[in-house]
Amino acid sequence: MEGTTADMEKMKHSSTESAPKELFVLAQQKEDTSEKISGPSRTFFQDARRTFFKNKFAVLSVILLIIIIIMSFVGPTMNDHGIDDQDLARAKMPARVPVLENLPIPGFEGVLRDEFKGSNVEEATNNAYSRYDNQKDFIDIEVLSEGDGSKNSAEVRATYRVYEAKGMEDEYFWLGTDSLGRDQWTRLWEGTKVSLLIAFIAALISLVIGVAYGGIAGYYGGKVDDVLMRILEVLVGIPSLVVILLMMLVLDPGITSIVIALTITGWTGMARIVRGEVMKLKNQEFVLAARTLGQSNKRIIIKHLLPNISGIIIINTMFTIPDAIFFEAFLSFIGLGITPPQASLGTLINTGFDNIMLYPYMLWFPAIMISVIMIAFNLIGDGLRDAFDPKMHK
Amino acid sequence: MVRYVLRRVVYMLITLFIIATLSFFLMKMLPGSPLNAEDKLSEEQKQIVLEKYGLNDPVPVQYVNYLAGLVKGDLGISFAFSNTPVTDILMDRIGPSAQLGAQALVVGTILGVLLGLIAAVFHNGFLDYTSTIIAVIGTSIPNFVFAGILQYFFASELQWFPVALWGDFKHTVLPTMALMIFPMATAARFVRTEMVEVMGSNYIKTARAKGIGEVGIVFKHGLRNALIPLITVIGPMAVSLMTGSMVIEQIFAIPGIGEQFVNSVIMNDYPTIMGTTLLFAALFVAIILIIDLLYGLIDPRIRIGGNNS
Repeated sequence: MEGTTADMEKMKHSSTESAPKELFVLAQQKEDTSEKISGPSRTFFQDARRTFFKNKFAVLSVILLIIIIIMSFVGPTMNDHGIDDQDLARAKMPARVPVLENLPIPGFEGVLRDEFKGSNVEEATNNAYSRYDNQKDFIDIEVLSEGDGSKNSAEVRATYRVYEAKGMEDEYFWLGTDSLGRDQWTRLWEGTKVSLLIAFIAALISLVIGVAYGGIAGYYGGKVDDVLMRILEVLVGIPSLVVILLMMLVLDPGITSIVIALTITGWTGMARIVRGEVMKLKNQEFVLAARTLGQSNKRIIIKHLLPNISGIIIINTMFTIPDAIFFEAFLSFIGLGITPPQASLGTLINTGFDNIMLYPYMLWFPAIMISVIMIAFNLIGDGLRDAFDPKMHK
Repeated sequence: MVRYVLRRVVYMLITLFIIATLSFFLMKMLPGSPLNAEDKLSEEQKQIVLEKYGLNDPVPVQYVNYLAGLVKGDLGISFAFSNTPVTDILMDRIGPSAQLGAQALVVGTILGVLLGLIAAVFHNGFLDYTSTIIAVIGTSIPNFVFAGILQYFFASELQWFPVALWGDFKHTVLPTMALMIFPMATAARFVRTEMVEVMGSNYIKTARAKGIGEVGIVFKHGLRNALIPLITVIGPMAVSLMTGSMVIEQIFAIPGIGEQFVNSVIMNDYPTIMGTTLLFAALFVAIILIIDLLYGLIDPRIRIGGNNS
């Protein structure tokens, strides 16, 4: 009845405002869609992965790191120079790379170049000659300023073609050689491998100890927790720098000692975090359910609690690795770490500093490498932290 | 509060005692004695020297003497510089280290706070990204790499500052810059995060509603609250300054404690190594204690929490 009266009304309107009746269609009642879930449902880890891969910097860092890791194994085999092939005849050769040497990019042409000053051009030129082994035939002089006879007024730019001077036109040291004539390319990748190896092993051991310690303290609570936490408190109170330095003094220098020194202090942070998280989770219903079903404590910790805090564990580990890389480089730098002929990024940077004024490339290549690795790990860590943060999921 | 402070001081002393004990017995384990360079001495003379250093006593007696000396500030006698007490060596060298550390901490923190503030005020803008990139680079790249870059470009190539050594203010510029990178980047990251959070809070909305100018809001209401948690990162900053002092002083040839430490390592001068280690440990533990107490003083919420626990 109501419908018809409404229709009658509309008809009246249509007749007055010229909207024809046939344009009106009876509205179809739509199904209620508000309760429907649009889009596929994703697990937490799928969400995290999506967020992570949206982070361009983090993805780029992962790719870079993978390349660096592969290169640290492949790199040393790419030429026939060994890690400890010493030959003073070819010491301190600059970097020279095929193809690149013909391009106008400085750094890879296999020449040493510097500006020299003197009171006149001749004196400046002589300064250049005496600096570059008096190999006049292989030194190109370019006059920058004629000078007026006063001290250091004249300036010349000298280019010393070292490879020709030493009769090694066919030889290519891609990143040059160090002061003992060892190939820097080989040593750089070997050093990277050692540094990464130390960092990964130290982080892994710290992870295992920290998770076990924190998991046990948090899960069992009570007296166990009290005792474990008091021990931890004392350990945390001792600055890790001091412990690491003392350990390195007592142990013979080498990879194992660095790993030991780093792990002795490295696991405490992880243990604290895991303990806190386990305490938060252990009273939740799924743990009660597991216990009701008769699962052992060990199984509950490993199967039910740890997967739920894996995000935090992964993030923490990702920040432990660059820390370990830094400390290894630091120890090697102050002479307590890796000993020659083995190389690590720290020892390479250390020898680079000895030659920074005259052969700066010896410092730049390992310095760039450690910087890239550190930045990459930090960006991945930041990316993971965002990825495991539900607030950042879109 | 008094009980809390007392308890913390006792904890600190226990920690230092453990470190001292540890370093004493490690020192006993290591080879080397003050006699290494003086092999020409007769047996009698050797005995006199050993007697002088107290090395003829049984180890427990030496240990008690060592602890008694520590209480009086006596760290033993250097092996490398005969007759020179370690305490004197360290006192001679504490000046440059303290000056560099203080300069780096103050300048670094101020610049870092400014960077973080700019990033937060222009949130998600160009300046934000720029300062975030600076912060990531600053926390990632080791300070000795920075030192190398600074030394090469500003000292060797441009010759604006001396390459190394210690003298007037000019000599401190490059080492300070290398040391301050980490405090600066850390402060910038921290202040940015805190500031973004504070600026979104309700009391800032209230301040805006009251019609306070944007400058007043940012500095008086925003920054003051964002700065409180910055105290917590002073610990990591102090560690970075200590590791930094060792490498930076070595690179710039500054006669400070860090350089002394590295040289002592090279010369196997164990008493000096242990003395320096203890000094670093004491400094670190004291800094952590001061931070905790300061935090309670500045933020009343923490003080109440501290009393309850």
